[in-house]
Amino acid sequence: MTQQNRTPEGGRIDRGTPVTFTFDGKRYQGFAGDTLASALLANDVHLVGRSFKYHRPRGIVTAGSEEPNALVGVARSRAKHAGGEATPNLRATQVEIHEGLAAESQNRWPSLAFDIGAVNDKLSPLFVAGFYYKTFMWPKSFWNRVYEPFIRAAAGLGKAPTKPDTDTYANTYAHCDVLVAGGGPAGLAAALAAARSGARVILADEQAEFGGSLLHERGAEIEGKPAADWVTDALGELGNNPRVTLLPRTTVFGYFNQNFLALAERVTDHLAEPDPALPRERMWQVRAKEVVLATGAIERPLVFPENDRPGVMMAEAGRIYANRYGVVPGKAIAVATACDSAWRAAFDIAEAGGTIAVIADLRAEPPAALVERAGSLGIPVETSCAVTGVIGKTRVKRVLLGRISDAGVLSAGEVEADCLLMSGGWTPNVSLHSQARGKLDWQADAGAFLPGDPVQAQRSAGSCRGIDGLAEVLADGARAGVAAATAAGHAGEAPSFAATGGDAGGGWWLGAVPHDRDAARVRAFVDFQNDVTAKDVKLAVREGMHSIEHIKRYTTTGMATDQGRLSNMNALSIASGALGNEIPQVGLTTFRQPYTPVTFGTLATTSRGDLFDPVRKTPIHDWAAEQGAAFEDVGLWKRAWYFPKGDEDMHDAVARECRTVRESVGIFDATTLGKIEIVGPDAAEFLNRIYTNPWTKLGVGKLRYGLMLNEAGFIMDDGVVGRLADDRFHVTTTTGGAPRVLAHMEDYLQTEWSDLNVWLTSTTEQWAVIAVQGPKAREAIAPLVDDIDLSGDAFPHMSLREGHVMGGVPCRLFRMSFTGEAGYEINVPPSRARAVWEAVWANVEKLGGCAYGTEAMHVLRAEKGYIIVGQETDGTVTPDDVGMSWAIGKKKPDFVGKRSLARPDLVAEGRKQMVGLLTKDGKTLLEEGAQVTVERSPARGTSALGHVTSSYQSPAAGRPIALAMIAGGRDRIGETLHVPMPNGGIAVEVVQPVFVDPEGSRLNA
Amino acid sequence: MLLISCPWCGVERPEIEFRYGGEAHIDRPAQPADLDDHQWAEFLYMRSNPKGLLAERWRHVHGCGRFFNAVRHTVSDRFVCVYKTGEKCPDLEALAREGAQ
Amino acid sequence: MPDTALYAPATTEGASVVSRPDVTVTRAAPLARLAFRGDATAAGKAGAAFGASLPMAPLAANPVGQRAALWLGPDEWLLLAASGTVGEEVPWALAMTLCDEIATAVGTHPHALVDVSERNVALIVSGPRAAALLNTQVFLDLDEGAFPVGQVTRTLFTKAEIVLWRTGPETFVVECWRSFAPYVEGLLANG
Repeated sequence: MTQQNRTPEGGRIDRGTPVTFTFDGKRYQGFAGDTLASALLANDVHLVGRSFKYHRPRGIVTAGSEEPNALVGVARSRAKHAGGEATPNLRATQVEIHEGLAAESQNRWPSLAFDIGAVNDKLSPLFVAGFYYKTFMWPKSFWNRVYEPFIRAAAGLGKAPTKPDTDTYANTYAHCDVLVAGGGPAGLAAALAAARSGARVILADEQAEFGGSLLHERGAEIEGKPAADWVTDALGELGNNPRVTLLPRTTVFGYFNQNFLALAERVTDHLAEPDPALPRERMWQVRAKEVVLATGAIERPLVFPENDRPGVMMAEAGRIYANRYGVVPGKAIAVATACDSAWRAAFDIAEAGGTIAVIADLRAEPPAALVERAGSLGIPVETSCAVTGVIGKTRVKRVLLGRISDAGVLSAGEVEADCLLMSGGWTPNVSLHSQARGKLDWQADAGAFLPGDPVQAQRSAGSCRGIDGLAEVLADGARAGVAAATAAGHAGEAPSFAATGGDAGGGWWLGAVPHDRDAARVRAFVDFQNDVTAKDVKLAVREGMHSIEHIKRYTTTGMATDQGRLSNMNALSIASGALGNEIPQVGLTTFRQPYTPVTFGTLATTSRGDLFDPVRKTPIHDWAAEQGAAFEDVGLWKRAWYFPKGDEDMHDAVARECRTVRESVGIFDATTLGKIEIVGPDAAEFLNRIYTNPWTKLGVGKLRYGLMLNEAGFIMDDGVVGRLADDRFHVTTTTGGAPRVLAHMEDYLQTEWSDLNVWLTSTTEQWAVIAVQGPKAREAIAPLVDDIDLSGDAFPHMSLREGHVMGGVPCRLFRMSFTGEAGYEINVPPSRARAVWEAVWANVEKLGGCAYGTEAMHVLRAEKGYIIVGQETDGTVTPDDVGMSWAIGKKKPDFVGKRSLARPDLVAEGRKQMVGLLTKDGKTLLEEGAQVTVERSPARGTSALGHVTSSYQSPAAGRPIALAMIAGGRDRIGETLHVPMPNGGIAVEVVQPVFVDPEGSRLNA
Repeated sequence: MLLISCPWCGVERPEIEFRYGGEAHIDRPAQPADLDDHQWAEFLYMRSNPKGLLAERWRHVHGCGRFFNAVRHTVSDRFVCVYKTGEKCPDLEALAREGAQ
Repeated sequence: MPDTALYAPATTEGASVVSRPDVTVTRAAPLARLAFRGDATAAGKAGAAFGASLPMAPLAANPVGQRAALWLGPDEWLLLAASGTVGEEVPWALAMTLCDEIATAVGTHPHALVDVSERNVALIVSGPRAAALLNTQVFLDLDEGAFPVGQVTRTLFTKAEIVLWRTGPETFVVECWRSFAPYVEGLLANG
């Protein structure tokens, strides 16, 4: 049997386009325009899931995003579902069906109808409020091994996808004068009013179609047209306005500071075969001058025993399914209400051909007109009547009624029904107002919290602020739209929309419904998704939770994906009764972002994979890649790490590269070093203040190593600085430190020394840097240099010259070394860097040289005891600590950090100092970061003397070498210390931190 | 994401174009050597950290690159005013009184 | 398309990054680029020598034929110049000549002039959807009322810093440091 609950006609579905989909592997048919929920109900499927804690069978409750039960895993096809590509926890009420769609119920094993986990329901006394806190208290050792695995297995909804997400996601930044959240009557009126004022408008609605209640409001007319036709016309007008952006299927999920809002647009999930160029979802990051919230109201469940049985639904949901989707959700439908609107649901269903078994109203005297109309439709009516329970486990079979009297509740028999519609009245949907940090005002006569004064440039319109009745809602929306447009600088007049139908209705109920059942044995649910009952809320109060925020965390009520939009008011009412306190004193929990769950893909947008971060590559990168180099990440840069030849491993390659540099020549890509050009008449004075070193007397054409401290006296960066002219310096920084150093310099220049005439320009990417190091370095570059005398006398160590290479390529040639060998750094324009590199490489190769990477560079510098900022230093290290007092200009009156160097703790005895370490056995390679102690096996709690900062196998020394920061280290030279490791302590000798050519004679070769 | 006005560019931009620079109007001593350890520590580390209005340094690092000062309410994150580096610090107490009204 | 005479599309392989009916993204041919720093007096003298005066209004650009001066900060301008001959070579000689001429004109008045021709590369984003494509990664309001033709600003392109210049109602130029170009191009190609 297919679609047995479908009405013969009516609804907005496309009956000409049948759609086949599967649910738990079974094939069903619906129509284009159906949601998964409406299509399942058309096939009389109510049971769609198992609850979170008790694994109770659950059915579809709502027709919107507040759905607590019908959470399903959805994939575009069964194959994708089987392949682990399903999205879990989608609300069936929001999922639009398409051909081939595959949905699975969750939280059940082995099947939805027979679920082992349902034993939890029998054990429910164990799972009372706060059971996590009570059950998993002790012993402590059980936490990691027993409790946490159990909780993780038992908790959670759905299954996370196992495969990487193959879909793409997009992002859009947008600005508008007026953002309207919600496209029902108030939102449409607001958008029309704002757009007619000339404002830039964005109208977003979470549903596939705009119109909200107008899509299922039978008999209502606006401007003399059926409501749905008016919606079509309104959308036509808005769609033709180039200053209006219409965003259906788009949830305003986050409202942040200064009217910054985040929207999630579902672009392709509703399509069977989407254009692969389209993203699955798009994040909209909107900055709105003004916001109109037209988010409507949400119908409130009644809290009665067994109110969670499949077949129990919200009354308005029943009306939506009947009028909008042509589905009557049962053969015999009972209605339990305290509110007029549920009567209209009953009437609409009856007129659509459904059978209403009874309308049971908690009120003694519902409006006479409703009772009369029920009579004319032949619907039995019971007043002062409560539903006291439901018979039937996986589907409602009978509904128990009770008469409310002064004497309490007396049984009033039972009614055969396979569907029960309930309504406790309406809760204005104030989530976004609350996210925007607006306060809420309690309206006792309406039994509702309404938006108070907004904190941001926003206003609420329509039923989300308690306005009822179609004409009033439209007028309120139009007023809000014009007010918003006016505030955004587009004054206009509020249009008026004449409307009939969609009458206002009264009546509401808060809290548990009285009943005549055994209170100890029945459960009335407040929060369906989290399995919180009325009893749990009362128990939480008895156990000392007096604030609603505590009750929420203790019971988990309101922590579901709808953030308590269905449950909060009932929970609050029950809590306030138990506390003997008024509702506003108990308070409402804060609504937070996101309004409904958002996929990680949408939050990540395009920042994933290769485009997660910029990947910065030098002009030499491709050459290195062609040579088979391994790369390492340094900041955002890719740097060639080592160049393995044949079947060399990293160790072999690095050893060969180091040997080659010391024996002949190596070529190294130093492009990533930060570069700053410092220009102006006060350039030297500026450097005097920023660096520890003196600069005034540095001659044009000379280089000097520069050390930079922060104001606290600690080393923050270093580099080589060259003087190009009296008023022009070429400064280099570490690769990772470049932005930080420039920011540090700008800070002092702009805010402390604005009297200095000097300016800083980043030239990091203006120059590619080819380092050529080793005894044959000069031979390697000499044939390529056009116009610079390379002889030792003309161009000694620590000099720079501007000139040309390769017949006209401009260059800045530095003679300097970070290896301890004679060497050069050729700065050339990046556009010609590869050509220059290859020319140098040809010579290097001829001379038996090699290309080397950052690892060999690290070894070579460690052999010479040159520090690396961030490796030997950690933000607590002074120049003296690393033996670099020589870099401090003693005669300078001041520089950044100088005063701090005289602080008592920086001149104290026993500071950690840089030393070398040699393992006594001459073989063991220490681990970087390992602690150093006096004893071989120190007692527990012994403080370390320091730690190993660098450790390498040194080809030049023919053994492992290490640098370390050791307390009072320089006085310990010659001592034997230990590096305790799990397999025993390693004996090390403390030595001077230079392992090769301590005299530096090779530099000047 | 906050919007911050840059007094140099004359436009409002999202906060990620800016970098925070800590409390404003703490001048680096002209002769640090003249300060004793306690005075130097005061300059180096001690900040007012009020609950309320605070004059702060900001830099429009991904815009015009300039530093400027802003008065921000540390509870509400509201920016009360911005002004260029070198300009006088507004009367924070008067601003607080205005804001309270 | 006004103001784009300066920027010629590159003719190298891969220069066309995006080619759709409603939007194109094309790498621009190399230019001479100078970073100029100094006060209004220095800027005045520099503009006279450069051939396009340095705008004093924030976010303003002054394109004059094959030259343009872009305001980046109250004492900072980016000077752009094309050699006039179509080519893929960076016009080092032009940059050097301009440096000399400007330095001579400004004389001893404090200023800084640095050749950054090779630091930046440029993309031309053009077409009815140009603003929308940029807005996938740029958070500025690119409505013509908010970001009119001629406006230029440094800003962020998600995680890359760029200089964005609107040279026409449907044409923008994105200048970024060269190593960030693949990231910017990649996101535009996906946008």
